Amino acid sequence: MQLTEKHHEYWRKNLVITAILFFVWFVFTFVEIWFARELNSSMTFLGFPLAFYFSAQGSLAIYVALIGIYALLMKKLDKEYGVDEGDLE
Amino acid sequence: MSTPAFSQSTFNRNLKKYYTFYTGGFLIFLFALAAAEQMGMSRAWIGYWFLFATIGLYAGIGWMTRTTDVAEYYVAGRRVPSFFNGMATGADWMSAASFIGMAGTLFLSGYDGLAWVMGWTGGFCLVALFLAPYLRKFGQFTIPDFLAERYGGNIVRFMGVICAITCSFVYVVAQIYGVGLIVSRMTGLEFGVGVFVGLAGILVCAMLGGMKAVTWTQVAQYIVLIIAYMTPVVWLGVKHTGIPVPQFAYGYTLQKLGDVEKKITADPKEQEVRKIFADRAAAGRAALATPDKSYAEGKAKVEQNLASLKAANAPAEKIAEAEKAVVAYPANVNAAQVQWRREAGLAARAAPPRPHAQAFPGADEKAQNTARLNFIGIVFCMMFGTAALPHILMRYYTTPSVQEARTSVFWSLVCIFLLYFTAPCLAVLAKFDMYTNLVGSSFASLPAWASAWAKVDPSLLSIVDINKDGIVQLAEIVIGGDLIVLATPEIAGLPYVVSGLVAAGGLAAALSTADGLLLTIANALAHDFYYKLIDPTATTGRRVFLSKALLVCAAITAAYVTSLKPGDILFLVGAAFSLGASSFFPCLVMGIFWKRASKWGAIVGMAAGLGICVYYMVTRYPFFGINMPLWFGLSPVSAGMFGLPVSMITIYIVSWLTPAPSKEVQELVEHVRYPNLVGDTMVTEGR
Repeated sequence: MQLTEKHHEYWRKNLVITAILFFVWFVFTFVEIWFARELNSSMTFLGFPLAFYFSAQGSLAIYVALIGIYALLMKKLDKEYGVDEGDLE
Repeated sequence: MSTPAFSQSTFNRNLKKYYTFYTGGFLIFLFALAAAEQMGMSRAWIGYWFLFATIGLYAGIGWMTRTTDVAEYYVAGRRVPSFFNGMATGADWMSAASFIGMAGTLFLSGYDGLAWVMGWTGGFCLVALFLAPYLRKFGQFTIPDFLAERYGGNIVRFMGVICAITCSFVYVVAQIYGVGLIVSRMTGLEFGVGVFVGLAGILVCAMLGGMKAVTWTQVAQYIVLIIAYMTPVVWLGVKHTGIPVPQFAYGYTLQKLGDVEKKITADPKEQEVRKIFADRAAAGRAALATPDKSYAEGKAKVEQNLASLKAANAPAEKIAEAEKAVVAYPANVNAAQVQWRREAGLAARAAPPRPHAQAFPGADEKAQNTARLNFIGIVFCMMFGTAALPHILMRYYTTPSVQEARTSVFWSLVCIFLLYFTAPCLAVLAKFDMYTNLVGSSFASLPAWASAWAKVDPSLLSIVDINKDGIVQLAEIVIGGDLIVLATPEIAGLPYVVSGLVAAGGLAAALSTADGLLLTIANALAHDFYYKLIDPTATTGRRVFLSKALLVCAAITAAYVTSLKPGDILFLVGAAFSLGASSFFPCLVMGIFWKRASKWGAIVGMAAGLGICVYYMVTRYPFFGINMPLWFGLSPVSAGMFGLPVSMITIYIVSWLTPAPSKEVQELVEHVRYPNLVGDTMVTEGR
């Protein structure tokens, strides 16, 4: 079938959301690890050295949040562009 | 029953009711056993109760959910609500290694162990962003199904089948090994018998009801394993931090641990023990340098010692001791070299404790940077491997809709997060407890748990008074990682019923993962290989029957391989992830996000990724005996770090060099990108 301009816009927005969340994921994974020594010696949070905190807890919580945000944003986007699956219940 | 007899919402309500009853029932069972223990039930019987009650329960769920319907068998009828699918994925995901081994790894390697924690959680972001919703929209039965539709042709499907079976089989061997270990520990049955008791539980469940049975059993197993993991941690937390959610408060325990570590480093008695080890290691190294000479000298020395004692009419026990030394002296140079190598290895125990929170320890800047690169390598491969393991991706075929698939990834990670953010906490609390209560105690009055475990299995815990001062020094303790989770209930001073619960939790973790993996293997063979490649006219009844038969074959083969006790299991697990990341991830994701990705691009790309990954492992991993120099010092477990980019670039280049995919394939890509397209006539969902 032929996709309309609206469909393309939906896909572009999807890509933007995906890219932003992917970037945040990247920062809290690889950038955090790269600077772990500096972060550890810079400050403590709740008693933890900072890099230890992120690797053991903070980044994990951010991963959970990222996936939650993605699900919510996409649900809204689906509705907005009329590509949602309707009420399934 | 391929069409639900009642609506999805009634179904959801009933599910909640069943599992609430189930959880309540499980708690009552726990309290009953605790009461029975107080009244004098023996430890062995508590072990049997846990073993047979939990396996019986899983088998019961398997029996109640038996099915011969194709959609029910392969994808649980596609009506698993997101929250329950999340719990099932959590149990599917967390293996014996996560449940029993993770906290131990963190205990032993501190910050560096967190690579596994990050790697095994962050991968779900990739699953959510790049795969789950699109695979759900496509909605067939297996991962090779998608590759075959998207890239067209049997070669791609065949390669997909090979990759899926390789990753899953390597992984399932590790799980069955865990099952055997736990069952034999829980009940005192032999390892081999333990393997088969556990296997029977897996088979009843997976064989009768396929994905449907596996899903509902995994939900039950998740509940058992999370209760089992949390109970001792909460107690230990109250003991050391004063609050029942120690996950948020152990930062201060970590600081106190740092002080204890400094004290131990400076303690003269500790230094004395470390010096003894350093000397023994140096002597071993020196002997290894000139083996023949050292062997002759050493032999002459023990013999001379005996002769001079006899000549001097020394007391009988001294002579007996010297005689023993002569007998114990290695029979030849080769045997002596083995012994010297062991002695030289003691150098590791001559080092002071490494600060728990320190990132990337190393002698100089270069060594530290290599440690960082290896940390990144593990995180990278585990994450991209997560997003490529077929038994996990398959779970997202089972939700009722694309939207539910997205929320389901969220619930999956929530369920996994609960355990993974507790493991580092458990490691710190157990370490602090051990460094303050065990270290410095006297050998005459060791804590009961320490002497008990040292007796059970010296590879888990051994304490020897090296400097003969009657006091336990840290350097005198050797700990096996698995001890931490298994012994925590006793360290925290909990009744034995909690130890039984922890073992039951470990069993649930191993069984649930093995279930999912065996099902993946059987489905790849029955659905992709037999039905799609050999006999496309096979009836549905025949396909399901064949899948069940192959499941039994796969289970028995895996049990057989396990009974051979193949070496380094952690390496095998890591290798499975690297292989998955190099072979599946690039062509799955590019197939969805890049319409131009062509058939030959995918074939050559998969082969190139897999090839470079296998090449690096074979030529670098010591087991194969080639030992070429490492690239950038990166360990062979992280070979996926080379495999994945090579595969992506290859797919890109070869796709441009070969014809674009047909119009139908391009429409398929559009079809999976939109949860619901008005006017779209394409139906890919398998029924």
